[in-house]
Formats: sequence, C-alpha cells, structure tokens
Amino acid sequence: MTTPAVQFTQVSRQFGEVKAVDRVSIDIKDGEFFSMLGPSGSGKTTCLRLIAGFEQPSAGSIRIHGEEAAGLPPYQRDVNTVFQDYALFPHMNVLENVAYGLKVKGVAKAERLKRAEEALGMVALGGYGGRKPVQLSGGQRQRVALARALVNRPRVLLLDEPLGALDLKLREQMQSELKKLQRQLGITFIFVTHDQGEALSMSDRVAVFNKGRIEQVDTPRNLYMKPATPFVAEFVGTSNVLRGDLARQLTGNAQPFSIRPEHIRFASGERAACDLEISGLLHDIQYQGAATRYEIRLDNGQNLCLSQANSQWDAAAVAHQPGQRVTARWAREAMVALNEGA
Amino acid sequence: MELTMNAQAPTAGNGPLRRLSNLLYRKPTLYLSLLLVPPLLWFGAIYLGSLLTLMWQGFYTFDDFTMTVTPDLTWANFAALFTPANFDIIQRTVLMAVAVSIASGVVAFPIAYYMARYTSGKTKAFFYIAVMMPMWASYIVKAYAWTLLLAKGGVAMWFVHHLGLQWLLDLLMDVPGVGGNTLSTSHLGRFLVFVYIWLPFMILPIQASLERLPPSLLQASADLGAHPRQTFAQVILPLSIPGIAAGSIFTFSLTLGDFIVPQLVGPPGYFIGSMVYAQQGAIGNMPMAAAFTLVPIVLIALYLSIVKRLGAFDAL
Repeated sequence: MTTPAVQFTQVSRQFGEVKAVDRVSIDIKDGEFFSMLGPSGSGKTTCLRLIAGFEQPSAGSIRIHGEEAAGLPPYQRDVNTVFQDYALFPHMNVLENVAYGLKVKGVAKAERLKRAEEALGMVALGGYGGRKPVQLSGGQRQRVALARALVNRPRVLLLDEPLGALDLKLREQMQSELKKLQRQLGITFIFVTHDQGEALSMSDRVAVFNKGRIEQVDTPRNLYMKPATPFVAEFVGTSNVLRGDLARQLTGNAQPFSIRPEHIRFASGERAACDLEISGLLHDIQYQGAATRYEIRLDNGQNLCLSQANSQWDAAAVAHQPGQRVTARWAREAMVALNEGA
Repeated sequence: MELTMNAQAPTAGNGPLRRLSNLLYRKPTLYLSLLLVPPLLWFGAIYLGSLLTLMWQGFYTFDDFTMTVTPDLTWANFAALFTPANFDIIQRTVLMAVAVSIASGVVAFPIAYYMARYTSGKTKAFFYIAVMMPMWASYIVKAYAWTLLLAKGGVAMWFVHHLGLQWLLDLLMDVPGVGGNTLSTSHLGRFLVFVYIWLPFMILPIQASLERLPPSLLQASADLGAHPRQTFAQVILPLSIPGIAAGSIFTFSLTLGDFIVPQLVGPPGYFIGSMVYAQQGAIGNMPMAAAFTLVPIVLIALYLSIVKRLGAFDAL
C-alpha cells in the first residue's frame, strides 16, 4: 500500500476550553480529491490549517507523505493553499503574485516568469499578468490564487472554501474546472466546504465533520445512499430520520433509520409486502421546479418530507391540498439504519 | 397593517422642518453645498487667502536702512535665500528633518507592529494611551523639560556616567555636525528632543497601515515558502509604506517648521522656523520671513512628489 498523502492520527486542536478538532484520524490517499464537509465551527477549516501549518496540533500526529509535520512551519511544508479570501498581494501584479513562491525559493527570474506565465495559461488567464489584483473580477482572482498555488507544484493542494464568494453559475463552472485540473495534474486536492452539493459533485471521498469529530468518511454515493449517522443523513441532502417509538412501530425495533424524501410516494393501489406505510396530515406544499415537496405532519407531531419529480403526465394527476389526510409509502430496502450518537 | 398606520400618523404633518428636509432629500446638490460652503469659505478665505497674502509679501521690499517695508515688488528676498548664511540655515534644517524622520521611522516601526499584530482589547488601549499621553502635555513644557534632562548634572548625564559610557559620549561630542560642547548644546541633543516629540505622529499612521494588513496575506506568504524575513521584506514592509510615508510627512514638516526646540536645545544657529520668527518679530523684515516660509512648502511638495514617484501611495 502506498503512503497516504496526509495522515491524521488521533489529532486534537484545542483553543482554550474549546475542542475545535477532537481526536480525528484520517488517511487521505495520494492523488485523490478529498473534501472536508461540515457546518461552520465543525473543525474542517482547522484541520486544513493544521495541514498547512498555520495551526499546530495540541495532540496527535500529522504525517504529510509519511513525514511527521507537527512542529514544521508552513514554509517548510510541500503543500500550498488557496485561501477563502484569495489573499493576493495587492502591491504586486498578477504575474508577480504567481511567481512569488518561486521567487522566495530562489528560482532565477527568467525561469520563474516563464513558469508563472504557464500557470496563468493553465487557469485560462494568459495575458493578464500585468494587471493588479484589484482590476480583476472575483472569479479571475480565484484563478490567480489557484495558479499561484499550483506553480509551486505542490504534492498536496489545500482549498479553503474557495468558491464561497462566487455566484452560482461561476461556481458550477469552477467546480468542473477544478475537477478537470485535479485529474490532469494528479495532485491530491483537499477541499473544505460547507456546501454538500459541491462536495458530492467534485470529490472522490468526503469526510463529514460535526463538532470537531468525523462522522463518516466515504464516497459521495455511499454518503448519500448509506449515511452512517443521523447527522450525516440530515446534513448531506435532505432526509427523514425516524427514531424511537415511531421506528419501533414501523420496523419492530428502536434503531433509528433514515429515508430520503424522493424515495417516499403517496400510497396508491395495492400495498406490496415489503412496503411500509404511515399516514398524516398534509400541511405544506412547496413547488420547486423540478420537484414538488410535501410536508406531512405525522400523528406524533414529527414532519415527514416527501418529494415528487414533476413530470409532464403528472400535471393532471391528483392535486393534493394542504389539510388533507394522506398516506405515505416506501419500500423497506430504501431505508438506511443509523447509529445514534456515534 | 395597523402598525404602519400608526407609524405614519406623526409624519403626515407638513411643518416647515418637514418640508425643508424633503426639499434637501430631493435636491442632494443643495444639501451638499449647504454643508460644504461654510467650511470651504473658511478654508479658502482665511486659510489659503492668508497664505497667499503672505507669499505675496515675499515680493515686497524691505529697506535695511529705514527698517520699513514698501510694496515695491522684487525677487531680492527669494534670491537672498541662496546667500551662504541663509542657505546654511535651510541645509541645517533639512538635514535635521531627514535624520529625525528616519530615526522616528526606525523607532516607531517595531512599536507600531507590536500594537497592530499582538495587542487587542485592553493592551491595545493601553498602548494607544501610552503613545498619545505625551501629546496631552504642552509642547513647550516638554521642550523645557528636555533642556533640564540633557543639562550638565541632569538625568541623561547621570545615566551616561553610571553606565560608564562617558567615553562614548565624549567621542560623539567630538564628531562635527553631531556633537557640541555638552549634550544639551549639541546637535545630538536637539535630534533626541525632536525624535521624542514627533514619535507619536510616526507610530500612529504606521500602526494604522499594519492594522489593515489581512493576516491571510502573511499566511499566504509563509504558505508559498517565504521565511519570516522574506515575508517582512516582500509583504509587510511594502504594504506599510503608505503609513511610513504619512508618518514621515508629519515628522519632516513639523521639524522643518519648528522654532522652539532649536532655540532651547542644541548649538546656536537658526532653523527655518526660528529664522522666520526672528525676521518678522525682532527685525520686522516681513518680506524675508515670507520668503522663508516658502521653503518648507516647496520642500514638502518636492518630498511628496518623490514619495509618490517611489510608489508609496500605490497600495492605498
């Protein structure tokens, strides 16, 4: 087995009383697109800063390509970072910004300008070298920051919510470009985001963070289809988590389970043996374009969310009204058992 | 619905104040000119006007014999600035202003850096107060206090004696242009007083410029492989230059115009400020005094254009 690009072993980082990162262990494989996903304050950015060297762990070991990194300052690590606010040097032009890493390492001027120019070409910004960062749009600054990191040919590239400030169309475009770039260069990308859609669509594997701990590390498909904990089920996509008496009543045991809204339908026709059913009061309908979302209030007060794709032939289908009593039905195999309090 | 009705009731009145504020809201130009005309009148008539009148008097003729000023226009006063005696004064003042600015910058930078990057809350407030407190005391009192500190048998000499540095002081006092008979009558003594008095004017702008520096820039620099020394030279220093430039404009121009410190501390000999003071006061040669006031103005203009050409304001 090859050495992991980055390996966390029981890493903790405490700020006073607060445990930002709590006994985290991960192996990030060489050359993979790895995302760290979680709400703000979940410890994902701290983990990234631990790899970059802006923070030092309170306990545990961090290895970068097999070498112990704890204690090393950022400038002695073979990793580069794309910052959330881009952090371009305002007093240098674009080319000088990109060439900066080579300059401080003593690469000769002609060589470093050539490589910086190449890196700018790679992010489709050839010819922009003479401009100052303030003269660029947000998306262009983003690309400069990317070129500035990549020109150093790091083995690991860290991206700290780099797309957060861009508008939706640009963000989607950058997502596919980043993914393409990563495949082309074969560098390990470690991508921090709070946007689950972004994490799912770009990554080879995703680590879901919650309260300084990792809830699950898995491929996007497994994360969505087989969430391990209630937190993952609810944070990645939308999910109905049913637990306690309700779970017992439906499945016969108290283990909580998750069911995706799109796997539930309104009961019609004959009920198959493997189907489960529950009824409640329809209390809200949201038309969302591609799908319509129905909120059903169950008898114990919990909400159950049901989503139906809007296809053309549905137009004439039964129009549900809020206040109606409805029955929801789903197949047993669509349910995923969860481990409470992992 | 009811709420909005209630909120509207008092505004429905159509008093003169309401009509005035509506008018000002509709005509922002009128609003702006009402705000700006009084201060601009003050600035134009009293400030620039008197300055230009003063400049104009520089062209008047002063009769050495009768000691009277006649409004006959002449270039003689400005030409007289270049006589050896007067040029000496200008040179002495400018050298001192340059030395004071450089020294203030060197002393102020670490303090400003510490204030900007390592203090917060109460410690930051403490530093602000510590930097500005000397400015609460009268400038003349401070200058006089320094004559006592630097005098023979004063605190400064006591320290020099007890630290066994008498030999070093003697050595310095023998250097022409730096030394003098005693510390309080030396150029060095005068320089120390100037640096002391103008230091806050250097610390605060530098501190402000460093405060604006996002921490992520320093992290980005380290991330790209720069050692702390390189980060300082390539990122911190260039981005703090607007602050250093602003501070040095203060220290430079304040030293150029000062007329108290040169009289109280240091060797005999005029500074530009004390020369203006002497010309218009004791001698009554207003035209020559006016010509001398032109010197700092021209020098500052030159200084600003040099600083601008060096790109100090590019990062603003």
